[in-house]
Amino acid sequence: MALTQLTGAAATRILGVASMQPDTIVSNDDLAKYLDTDDQWIQERVGIVERRFAGPDISLVDMAVQAGSLALEDAGLEPGEIDTVIVPNCTMPSPIPNAAAQVADRIGIPAAGAFDVNAACAGFCYALGLASDLIRTGSAGKVLVIGAEKLTDVVDPYDRANVIIFADGAGAMVVGPSEEAEIGPVSWGSAGDLVDTIYMRDHRYIYQEGQSVFRWATTKIAPVALRAVEAAGLSASDIDVLIPHQANLRIVEAIAKRMRVQGAREDMVVADDIAYSGNTSSASIPMALDHMRVKGQVRRGDVVLTVGFGAGLSYAGQVIIAP
Amino acid sequence: MADNQEITAGLAEIIEEVAGVAKDEVTSDKSFVDDLDIDSLSMVEIAVQAEDKFGVKIPDDELANLKTVSDAVNYVQANSK
Repeated sequence: MALTQLTGAAATRILGVASMQPDTIVSNDDLAKYLDTDDQWIQERVGIVERRFAGPDISLVDMAVQAGSLALEDAGLEPGEIDTVIVPNCTMPSPIPNAAAQVADRIGIPAAGAFDVNAACAGFCYALGLASDLIRTGSAGKVLVIGAEKLTDVVDPYDRANVIIFADGAGAMVVGPSEEAEIGPVSWGSAGDLVDTIYMRDHRYIYQEGQSVFRWATTKIAPVALRAVEAAGLSASDIDVLIPHQANLRIVEAIAKRMRVQGAREDMVVADDIAYSGNTSSASIPMALDHMRVKGQVRRGDVVLTVGFGAGLSYAGQVIIAP
Repeated sequence: MADNQEITAGLAEIIEEVAGVAKDEVTSDKSFVDDLDIDSLSMVEIAVQAEDKFGVKIPDDELANLKTVSDAVNYVQANSK
């Protein structure tokens, strides 16, 4: 017996963007007080000037609620107009319960479809692709996607290689139906053979093989980003703004360099939000977009290429039109 | 196959582009870390470009053994097709 299947909106777009960072600013000099490191070394290696740490009084869910509420405000929507909440993250304190259901409840979204996505630092782009496709297939009307991370919970405070990089925060986008398509097809994949290059040592603290991850990210991610551009029917020269996951400024710059070799413009704006935000994993892309809109580096209608990559190893990217 | 002098010159071009070290500084007895002040991430970028230029594979565990310019030149010499 054939069942009914749904079809949804013909096209989707981003209706709102927002982010939040916890109040505590941690400079490189602050870290140098108890770690064998210094400001110049950190800036040269990873391009970070300062980052935000959440501290014991603010949880991943708290940060997601704040960013999600602000994104609804930016979209001019009431909580009741959202029916699905996706929270990409990889740092909930335990696998049960998930973040999304309680985040939806606290924002005031009644009986939302709610689930987390764990694709580590690629999580936001995976979830954004899902959100768009849920709307196009009729499974959802409007979706709130919130990347939220409390990485300080999973970083050994005396592991100088990782303390200098990772930070806390949340970034969110509201996705809804549109007359014109403003979210391109997602280009995603994984390299599970490299699983051992980023993992939780003794299920407690994050560990990464810096050189291997750097080599992978600087050589394999630009082609993923280019696939996303082609899938959207564009060429590299159409990209106004490049927002790679803010992993390390040197990785960001290497991806931009490869994109320019493939035809991206010299005047393409490249996100360097990591300098004052650190690496916030699945929060980094919406946070960068939000900060760049506020600074006027991104304007309504700009063609923005996003690409996330991280543990798994996993990766995903898509082209969006800036809201 | 390129001789040692050609490999050194090719490597020097890559090192200048990646790390901003003047080409004539790149001589066989120099240590990448101690003399040329090249960090571990720049070493990866140099290795990736050397792979393309010389048609060799330089895995990360091999890269860790390449301490001096002559180590790298000898590795390329021995492993290029």
